[in-house]
Amino acid sequence: MTQSFPEEVLEHVFSFLTSHTDRNAVSLVSKSWYDTERWCRDHVFIGNCYAVNPRVLTRRFKEVKAVELKGKPHFADFNLVPEGWGGCVDPWIVEMGRVYSGLEEIRLKRMEVTDEGLEMVAKGFGKLKVLVLASCDGFSTDGLAAVAANCRNLRVLDLRECEVEELSCHWLSHFPDSFTLLESLNIACLSSEVSFSALERLVSRSPNLKTLKLNRTVPLEKLSTLLQRAPQLVEFGTGAYSAEGLDAYSSLAEAFSGCKKLKSLSGFWDVIPAYLPAVYSVCSQLTSLNLSYATTQSPDLSKIISHCHNLQRLVVLDYIEDTGLETVATSCKDLKELVVFPSDPYVADANVPLTEQGLVSVSQGCTKLHSVLYFCRQMSNSALVSISKNRPNITCFRLCILEPRSPDYLTLEPLDTGFGSIVENCKQLTRLSMSGLLTDRVFEYIGKHAKKLDMLSIAFAGDTDLGLHYILSGCDSLRKLEIRDCPFGDKALLANASKLETMRSLWMSSCFVSFGACKLLGQKMPRLNVEVIDERENLNSIPENVPVEKVYIYRTVCGQRFDMPDFVRIMGKDKADVYNLS
Amino acid sequence: MSKMNMEDGLNLTLGLPGRDESDCFKNNKRSQPETNDESSGTTENKEADMETAPATKSQVVGWPPVRNYRRNIVQKESGMYVKVSMDGAPYLRKIDLKVYKGYPDLLKALENMFKLTIGVYSERDGYKGSDFAPAYEDKDGDLMLVGDVPWEMFIVSCKRMRIMKGSEAKGLGYNV
Repeated sequence: MTQSFPEEVLEHVFSFLTSHTDRNAVSLVSKSWYDTERWCRDHVFIGNCYAVNPRVLTRRFKEVKAVELKGKPHFADFNLVPEGWGGCVDPWIVEMGRVYSGLEEIRLKRMEVTDEGLEMVAKGFGKLKVLVLASCDGFSTDGLAAVAANCRNLRVLDLRECEVEELSCHWLSHFPDSFTLLESLNIACLSSEVSFSALERLVSRSPNLKTLKLNRTVPLEKLSTLLQRAPQLVEFGTGAYSAEGLDAYSSLAEAFSGCKKLKSLSGFWDVIPAYLPAVYSVCSQLTSLNLSYATTQSPDLSKIISHCHNLQRLVVLDYIEDTGLETVATSCKDLKELVVFPSDPYVADANVPLTEQGLVSVSQGCTKLHSVLYFCRQMSNSALVSISKNRPNITCFRLCILEPRSPDYLTLEPLDTGFGSIVENCKQLTRLSMSGLLTDRVFEYIGKHAKKLDMLSIAFAGDTDLGLHYILSGCDSLRKLEIRDCPFGDKALLANASKLETMRSLWMSSCFVSFGACKLLGQKMPRLNVEVIDERENLNSIPENVPVEKVYIYRTVCGQRFDMPDFVRIMGKDKADVYNLS
Repeated sequence: MSKMNMEDGLNLTLGLPGRDESDCFKNNKRSQPETNDESSGTTENKEADMETAPATKSQVVGWPPVRNYRRNIVQKESGMYVKVSMDGAPYLRKIDLKVYKGYPDLLKALENMFKLTIGVYSERDGYKGSDFAPAYEDKDGDLMLVGDVPWEMFIVSCKRMRIMKGSEAKGLGYNV
């Protein structure tokens, strides 16, 4: 095909394409478009680090400024992936260090990051501006010190929900006195003290600081000092929000009132209600409020929320109760996202007056609501039907009824019709997590209606392989499927093998998928890695028809990975595939 | 939606030969969620799955789906999680010291978790004669033998634990 446009024109057109899906699409049009596109793509997103490898990345893209990598499967967040599974970023850093000297942004999620890796980042990427580590672990404050000391151009250091080995409180002091570029600092995940004087000096010399999320150990008494030094803050996360006596109150209230640009508040560990009114002056500015550590009762929560008329995102504990959610429904007309976490997840009958009614109220009152994550103890089909009819614009619906297999508490029936209603009415639904008592019927509804569904999470649900078959054969847009404790086995999996190549990944744990089926699938589908994750001893002597503990299936262009621990086997790739030959 | 039928040519068949296919269509519902309850026969190695050692109450692993750092928000004191490494093993475990009543309880849990014998502690000889000895790093960064200090002092001062080879642990221990 003759090229009608000169390459420069094509490149210029491509420069308007920012989404990586669009970029991937244009690269498939023709070989010349592929070549042009790869020379000018500078933001690369890799949703599964094992789908490719570092060399594939550097061979294809030559001048990368920003890289985003994801490692472990989502269920690793809930301790379902044993430690040592993989997802280490070091080989990526080595290879990128070799080729991408101009790299400016690194974003990692659920990856293992080592101190050595951080040192390589610090010394290898002199232009680094953004380092975001989300749900990562494997590193210590020593690695952070190396970053602080060497990354002269750093704007963003965001350690969201990481597990950091905290060896020293002085790593912040490693930012040189001449370093004034900081725009965003998130250390909320750290449990030990950081040097407050170093923090204060850093904040004082960072005129562009927009985001500051402190950790629990920063006392309330020190907040006003920090806020006075950074009144330009847009996002602020407090430390522990309690103090003895009320002496610190007025200076804190005054400091908050000076923050005219503040839009987001979080933190609030160990809240003392008497101090909550200190933030009232900024409530009407807030678009995001995270009170999910605030173990205070509904009236206090309701009071502060009632001031937040412009709120778009609310994260809160179930202490908010149904009454508090009614306040949300009447006060927060712009609400787009609601998250309600359980205060006491392991107590069977905790007497918390948060029921399905709270969610129904919000679905009625907040017309812009499109994203829900809701933990509760009871649900009914009628409530789900109401919610779906009130809010057909919902795109993300995650419901966790704490007790597995809970039926409709009014009728004792399965919740099939309720969730069926959600997928039928919410036609733009892209993400769904289900819970409660569910039969194969709900999967029939999902396969039939959920055509835009991208990610589905299932637990303790279904009756037979038919359930899984409905999903795999019906959900046209499905890319991520994660299943635990469901009676799904080999038949549906093998019958839909080719579907798996259209998806990023499938996770199945505590189901009925056998070793033999995994091996067969791996043999038949060369572009899938069928990883069996199983910690039992004497795996080689387990018969082929016995179910595996966990299986993680993902498409890849690279075949085997070579960093597997002994409890991970990639099935069907070589002759002695039952034996781990690594 | 057509039902999956055994007889029709579902030619994507990668079905396993000689398997009892009828099992798939029975109601395969597991009777109860997988727990780390010791009475459940299939869970002999489930302890290895978990980050936390067997807790005194029965819990389903990873359920409800909340992150670790959200688990103990309400407790008056948060759990005392410490990492436990074992010399020669590539993976770490994490345990909550709060769930154990004392040293015997803790040591038994470690033995189960790492599949080894630790033996009996004696003030004079430490864990002499055992293949492995549990050590810990305290607040000051010193490496101590588990059992050297009273239990209450141990749980507040222990930062992380390390199961060392018995031979290497000789230097530790309470020296009069």
